[in-house]
Amino acid sequence: MSGRVVFPNKLLPYLLLAPQLAITAVFFYWPASQALKQSMQREDPFGLQTTFVGLANFRRVLADPNYLNSVKVTAVFSLSTAFLALALALPLAVMAEKVVRGKGIYRTLLIWPYAVAPAIAGMLWLFLFNPAMGTFSYLLRANGVAWDPLLKDGQAMGLVVAAAAWKQISYNFLFFVAGLQAIPRSLIEAAAIDGASGPKRFWTIVFPLLAPTTFFLLVVNTVYAFFDTFGVIHAVTQGGPGKATETLVYKVYNDGFVNLQLGSSAAQSVILMGVVILLTAIQFRYVERKVHYG
Amino acid sequence: MIGDSRWGIRLAHAILILGILIVAFPLYYVFIASTHAGPDIVRPPMPLTPGGRFIENYRAAFFEGAANLGGVPVWRLLLNTAIMALGIAVGKIVISITSAYAIVFFRFPGRMVFFWIIFVTLMLPVEVRILPTYKVMVDLKLIDTYTGLILPLIASATATLLFRQFFLTIPGELVEAARIDGAGPFKFFKDILLPLSKSNIAALFVILFIYGWTQYLWPLLMTNQAEMNTIVIALRKMVSFVDHGTPWHIVMVTCVLAILPPVLVVVLMQRAFVRGLVETEK
Repeated sequence: MSGRVVFPNKLLPYLLLAPQLAITAVFFYWPASQALKQSMQREDPFGLQTTFVGLANFRRVLADPNYLNSVKVTAVFSLSTAFLALALALPLAVMAEKVVRGKGIYRTLLIWPYAVAPAIAGMLWLFLFNPAMGTFSYLLRANGVAWDPLLKDGQAMGLVVAAAAWKQISYNFLFFVAGLQAIPRSLIEAAAIDGASGPKRFWTIVFPLLAPTTFFLLVVNTVYAFFDTFGVIHAVTQGGPGKATETLVYKVYNDGFVNLQLGSSAAQSVILMGVVILLTAIQFRYVERKVHYG
Repeated sequence: MIGDSRWGIRLAHAILILGILIVAFPLYYVFIASTHAGPDIVRPPMPLTPGGRFIENYRAAFFEGAANLGGVPVWRLLLNTAIMALGIAVGKIVISITSAYAIVFFRFPGRMVFFWIIFVTLMLPVEVRILPTYKVMVDLKLIDTYTGLILPLIASATATLLFRQFFLTIPGELVEAARIDGAGPFKFFKDILLPLSKSNIAALFVILFIYGWTQYLWPLLMTNQAEMNTIVIALRKMVSFVDHGTPWHIVMVTCVLAILPPVLVVVLMQRAFVRGLVETEK
């Protein structure tokens, strides 16, 4: 790269970079450094006095049963969402690769939910399934199911997972289709000539060759479920019933803005930062290579 | 293809149609609800065929809005959201393309440091610095302003990385030729780089427009006045299952109108959209 032809200007590049740097400094680095600072302080409820407390906030957060519950909730929520969204998208992508007629129309009709805001996805499902007016709740109860996601933990979790996964199907569908197109036809045809049945061809050839795509999507879906689903939780359950759907991001917001526990909220933010750094590292270290495993 | 029976193909069509029905049903349901009167919507089971109040409901929502939200008309909410989404998309593209241009086509002290400074913002999403960023916004008096909704979200490591990646593929000969012909950095940028980047810009625009339109946490914090709400936030504030005054027919219309614009962008600019998705995830 050292041999690259460049322009000789000395001042211009700084001017070109200035807007982006100014915004990152004011809205990213300064607040992030404040979060770091606050995470090691304790503030009285009136905001009059702050004292340095070292790592006490972190110790308290990590020993708090509510926080540990939130870690568990986030794990269950993220993995269920990722798994469900992948499991629904894969068969659709495989089928879409099989058909010739109507391919474009199928694709168009499957990708649009990507453009729906997560919070709205949540509300769509809430309209269908809330106990007061939802047509599906009515049908469920008419058939003897005790359906009340506003009171029952598992049902509330199921509802937010369904809404979050529904929105993500389109994304996974597109990437699975791209992954399938990259698999050489000749391999599959050779297996077909050797007499391998459809399901056998899928599980022994297509599925293993799709592993890099699947792994990539698993990471992306987990990140999505972690950070981009605040809207779903806020719009549908607000962390409830009790704390059954309180994810880590929702808890940071709730403790900071609703309960006004600044030190604790800041410590949680810093822990989340660590999680983001870890996930980003995984994404760049393992996902970028797009290798086949085995 | 070899090995696919006629029944296999029929089954494939059947599964796809089933998938589409499942994916589309919630939207269909909301659209149907938006054509019925309020009381009919909350009395389950709601009819699954269109009602007769399409024009009435849409007119009321569009021009009068929901009473429990201060009667802010939906056109105002759409305008707010459009300004935010367009501002974020255009802003991100402009500051990223200039940053990438500086990093790739110039040599200056601190170049890589700046690159890393931008790169690291990938690891600082709003969600992990909510409170302090909010405080900055209060101090700068940016609450309830379009600037407040847009400015903090336009820094973009992803877009900068994408443009940098693309610029690195541009052969040095092109720069050399341009320089020999007497083109300065501005002329090169305007007459050569921008036209070459057109399809990248279109792809990014679609993705960033949707990103801006679907924002939730940020506008939730940044707006107090009902007139400054984005449509997604307003919709959330209108919905209440305990309050008997919730105007359900207006809620349903607002929901349809909140979904429609970004979906249209995806459907109409499908090629750019798919390209954008794949490129931004690299």
